[in-house]
Amino acid sequence: DGSDDNEEGSAVENEENAKGADKGKKRATPRTGRAHARGRDRHGDEDDEDDEGGMRRAGPRRHRSRRRGRAAGNEASDSDMEPAKARKNQANQKSKEDDEEDEDEKGGKSGKGKNEKKGDKKSDKKGKKEKANKKKKEKKKSGSGSDSESEEEPITEEELAKLKEEVEEKKKLIATLRNKPWKMKKKLSVLKEAQLFVEKFEGALGKGKGKKFYAYKVMMTKKWMKFQRDFENFKTACIPWEMKIKEIESHFGSSVASYFIFLRWMYGINMILFGLTFGLVMVPEALMGKPYGSLPRKTVPRAEEATAMNFATLWDFSGFAQYSVLFYGYYNNQRTIGWLKFRMPLSYFLVGVGSIGYSFMIVTRTMAKNANDDGGGDDTSFNFSWKMFTSWDYLIGNPETADNKFASITTSFKEAIVEEQESRKEENIHLTRFLRVLANFLALCTLAGSGYLIFFVVRRSQQFALEGLENYGWWERNEVNTVMSLLGMFCPTLFDVISSLENYHPRIALRWQLGRIFALFLGNLYTFIIALMDEINLKARYFLPFTMFDRLLGNTEALQSLEEEKIVKYNMTIWEASLYNGTIPENSTAPPIQVDPADVPRGPCWETMVGQEFVRLTVSDMMTTYITILIGDFLRAVFVRFFNYCWCWDLEYGFPSYSEFDISGNVLGLIFNQGMIWMGSFYAPCLPAINVFRLHTSMYLQCWAVMCCNVPQERVFKASRSNNFYMAMLLFILFLSTLPAVYTIVSIPPSFDCGPFSGKTRMFEVISETLEHDFPSWFGKVFGYASNPGLILPFILLMVLSLYYLNATSKSYKEANLELKKKLQSVRIEN
Amino acid sequence: GPAEPAGAVGTGQPALGSAAVPDGHHRAALFVASQSAYKRFSELLPREERENACSARVPKSQILTLPELRANPFQHRICHVFSTSETQDGSMSFEDFLDMLSVFSDSATSDIKSCYAFRIFDFDNDGTLDRKDLEQLVNCLTGQGEESRLSSAEMEQLIQNILEESDIDKDGTINLAEFQHVVSRSPDF
Repeated sequence: DGSDDNEEGSAVENEENAKGADKGKKRATPRTGRAHARGRDRHGDEDDEDDEGGMRRAGPRRHRSRRRGRAAGNEASDSDMEPAKARKNQANQKSKEDDEEDEDEKGGKSGKGKNEKKGDKKSDKKGKKEKANKKKKEKKKSGSGSDSESEEEPITEEELAKLKEEVEEKKKLIATLRNKPWKMKKKLSVLKEAQLFVEKFEGALGKGKGKKFYAYKVMMTKKWMKFQRDFENFKTACIPWEMKIKEIESHFGSSVASYFIFLRWMYGINMILFGLTFGLVMVPEALMGKPYGSLPRKTVPRAEEATAMNFATLWDFSGFAQYSVLFYGYYNNQRTIGWLKFRMPLSYFLVGVGSIGYSFMIVTRTMAKNANDDGGGDDTSFNFSWKMFTSWDYLIGNPETADNKFASITTSFKEAIVEEQESRKEENIHLTRFLRVLANFLALCTLAGSGYLIFFVVRRSQQFALEGLENYGWWERNEVNTVMSLLGMFCPTLFDVISSLENYHPRIALRWQLGRIFALFLGNLYTFIIALMDEINLKARYFLPFTMFDRLLGNTEALQSLEEEKIVKYNMTIWEASLYNGTIPENSTAPPIQVDPADVPRGPCWETMVGQEFVRLTVSDMMTTYITILIGDFLRAVFVRFFNYCWCWDLEYGFPSYSEFDISGNVLGLIFNQGMIWMGSFYAPCLPAINVFRLHTSMYLQCWAVMCCNVPQERVFKASRSNNFYMAMLLFILFLSTLPAVYTIVSIPPSFDCGPFSGKTRMFEVISETLEHDFPSWFGKVFGYASNPGLILPFILLMVLSLYYLNATSKSYKEANLELKKKLQSVRIEN
Repeated sequence: GPAEPAGAVGTGQPALGSAAVPDGHHRAALFVASQSAYKRFSELLPREERENACSARVPKSQILTLPELRANPFQHRICHVFSTSETQDGSMSFEDFLDMLSVFSDSATSDIKSCYAFRIFDFDNDGTLDRKDLEQLVNCLTGQGEESRLSSAEMEQLIQNILEESDIDKDGTINLAEFQHVVSRSPDF
C-alpha cells in the first residue's frame, strides 16, 4: 500500500504520523501510541525517591531516568548488552520518560512532535527499572529479566527523551488511526504494533509512589475513554426515529428527510420546555399548593358547574380544564408553598424567562454550527466541479428516486452549460419587470386581505362572546381558529400561482415563496394578537356587573382596568357585607363566615383567557394538519390509485396525480406553531406538553403518510443550503414571539384575582420581593446598585462597541479571504 | 456527500458466531461499531458460511444487493475501491466491509471521505482524474438512458469547464490535492 502513503500528503495531521509511522516501521523497537496506555507495565521502585528528592517535572526527567536506571534492577549496565535486552531497557526508559511526558502533557504542556532518530536508541542501554506493582503488564518479546531492581545503568537524557517522544507518537498514531485512508489490514497491523509498544513501555515511567498513582491514573484514563466510547455508541443508539428517517432519506432524498430531522430537533427542544414547565411549575403546585376547591380562583364558579365536566367544555378548555394547573389562573400567589418552602411565583416567573432564554441559546448555537459547516458557501468559483463531484445524493436507495435524481442532474448540467456559453439576453425586460411588479402587488393584496379577514373574524367572535356562546353553533365558536388554519392552507397555493408570473430561477422563486408565506403567517399571528388584546379589554370591561363607572372615568387602559379592579373589589366587599345581613364591615371584628369558594364573585382573569386562546389555536391547528394529510394526501392517493381504471384520463400522470411532499410549507408550519407555543406558554404552562404530544403524533403520522401517499419530487433540492434560512426564520419568530410576553410582564398589571402574581402591580416585582426576603441585605444593595441606569447604560454601550469591533474584524477576515482567492486565481492563470 | 448507509450502525447487538469479532482492535481503526456491521455482513453470506464470516469473502454481486448500493451509480467503483481481493473481482471480506462502512459513516472526517471519493472517481486507478475519468463520471451521473446523456459537444464543454476550475497546475488532470481543495469548500460534500 505504498501508494496509500502518497495520498496522505494533503492531510496535515497525517504527515507527521506518516513520517513517524514510516520511521516506526524502519525501527526495530515498536513505537507506542497514547490510546491504549497500559501504564503500569513496568515501574521502577521506590528507590527513586531516595536518590534525589524534590524533583520537578520537566527538567528532572533526566535525573529521574538516571535514578530509575539505577534503581531498576536489570542486567543491562553497560553498552555491551545483548541487543534485545538493550533495546528493551532503552525502550523501557524511554517509555518511562514518555509516561512522564504524558503526565506533563496532561498537565497542559504540548507534546513534542519531533521524530526520533532510530540510531541513538540502540546506542547506550541504560538499566531500566521495573516496578513490582499491581499493574498488569505483559512482557512481550524480550521481556525477561525485568523484575529486579537496582539498575545501576545511567541513561542519557536524549535517549529517554526520544523514547518518550516515540511513545507519544505511537499514542497519537493510535488516536488518529481511523483518519488514515489505509486498508483495514494495514490499519490493524499498525494498531497492534503500536498497542504492543505502548503496553510494553509506557507504565514503566514514573517513580516511587508517584508511579503507583500515575499508573492508577493511566488505568482510570483508559477506563474513562472506554466509557466515553460506550456512551457515544449508546447515545447514537438512543436517537429516536433514526431508522424511520433513514428509510425516508433513501426514498426521497435528503431534502425531505431534512424536514423530519428538523421536526425531531424541535421535539427535543419542546421536551426540555415541557420538562421545565411540568417539573418546576405544574407539579409543585399540584402537589404542594392548595387543592382544588379551597380557594375561589381554584374552583369552578357556581354558574358554570353544571357544564364543567362536559366533553364539549373540556375540549374548549373551559370548565375543569380551565381551573386546573394547566392555566395561569389556578396558581396561588402565596410566596412559599408546602414544607419545602417552594417559591411558586418566583419559579413561575423564572421558568417563563428561562424557557425563552434557553430557546434563544439553542437556536443561536445551532445557527452557528450550521454556519461553520457551511464554510461561507456562496462560492461560485467551483460551480461545475461541485455539480460534478457533490451532486449525487448518496442517501438515495430507491431506483425511482435515483431516476429522478439522474434527470435533475442532467438538467442542471445542461442548464449550467447553456448559461456559461451564452449570456442571457433580456428579452422584453419591460414585460418581465411589469409582471414582477404585478405579482408583488397581488401578493400584497393577498396579505392585506388575509389580515383584514382575521381581524374581522376576531371582532365577530367578540360579539358572539358578548351574547353568550351557547346560542351559536360549532362554526361560530371555532371561527377564528378555522379561518386562520384555512388561510394558512390556501394562501401559499395562491402565492405559488402568482409566482408563475414572475419567471425567476427556481431557487430564487423558492426564496420569494418562502418570504411571502412567512409574511402571511406573521401578519396573521400579529393581527390575531392585536385583536385578542382588544377582546381582552372589552371582555374585562363587560365582565363587571356595574359598568357605568368606566364611562365616567378616563379611557386609558391601565386606568380603566385599575378602576375596574377597584370596582370589583368594592363589589366584593359589598357582597361580603350582605352575608353579614346588611352591615357594611368597615371595622368589623366578626368572625368570617364560611362561604363556598364556588359562590364567591370572581374578578376578570385575562391571562387565562389568553392562554386558552393559544391552546385552542394550537389544538385546532393540529386537527387541521392531520385532516389535511388524511384528505389531501391519503384520500387523494386512494382515489388516484383505484379510480384510475375507470377514468377518462390517466390520473397518475395528469391531474391530480399523487402529491409531493411540500417541504417549505411543512417547515414553515412547524416554525409558526413553535412561535405560538413560545408566545403562549407563559400563560398556559400546559402548552409545551400539548406540543410534545402533537409533535410526537405528527412524526408518526407524517412518516407514514410520506411513505404511503407521496412520490419523490421532480426537482430534487439539496437540503444543505436552506438550513440556515429556516434557522434564521425560527430565530426571528422566537424574537417576535417573546415580545408580547415581555411587554405584559413589564407594563401590564397582573389580574388581582388569579395567578401567582396577583396583588402585585407588576409581574417582575416577584424578583425584588425575593431579593428582599430570601437574600441577605447586602445582596439587595448590590443588586440595587447593579440595576442602576448609571451602570446599565455604560454596559450597553460596551456591548454595542464590542459588536461593532467584531463586525469590523469579520469584515476584514472576509476581505483577506477574497484576497487569497484572487491570489489563487492569478496563480492559476499564470500557470 | 457520502453518508452512512441505512442500518449500518445502531441496529443492536447480534449474537456473534464462534469467530467473534475482535472489537477492541477494530474500535480504534473505525468510525463505526463493528458488531452491527458483522450482522449485516453475515446476512450477505449463504447460510453455510456464516460461521466463518470473519474470513469469508462476499462476491460483488451479493454486495450490490444491499439497498444502499442498489441505486448508486458508483456501485461498481465502490466495491472495487474497498475490495482487497487479489483477483480484482470486487469481492469483499469482512474487514473491507468494515472499511467501507467506516468511511461512509457520518462521523468520518471530510479528509478521509474526500480521499476515498477521489479513488472512487478514478476509474482507471492511475491516481489522477483525467479526461476519460471525468467523461465516465458524467455518464454515471446522467443515468443509463440514451436521452439523458449529454451530447459530445456538451460533454466537451463541461469537462473543459471543470478542468478550468479545478486544475491548478494545468497539467490536464486533477490530482488528489486539487480534488480535496475543490470539495473541501463545498457545503454539499
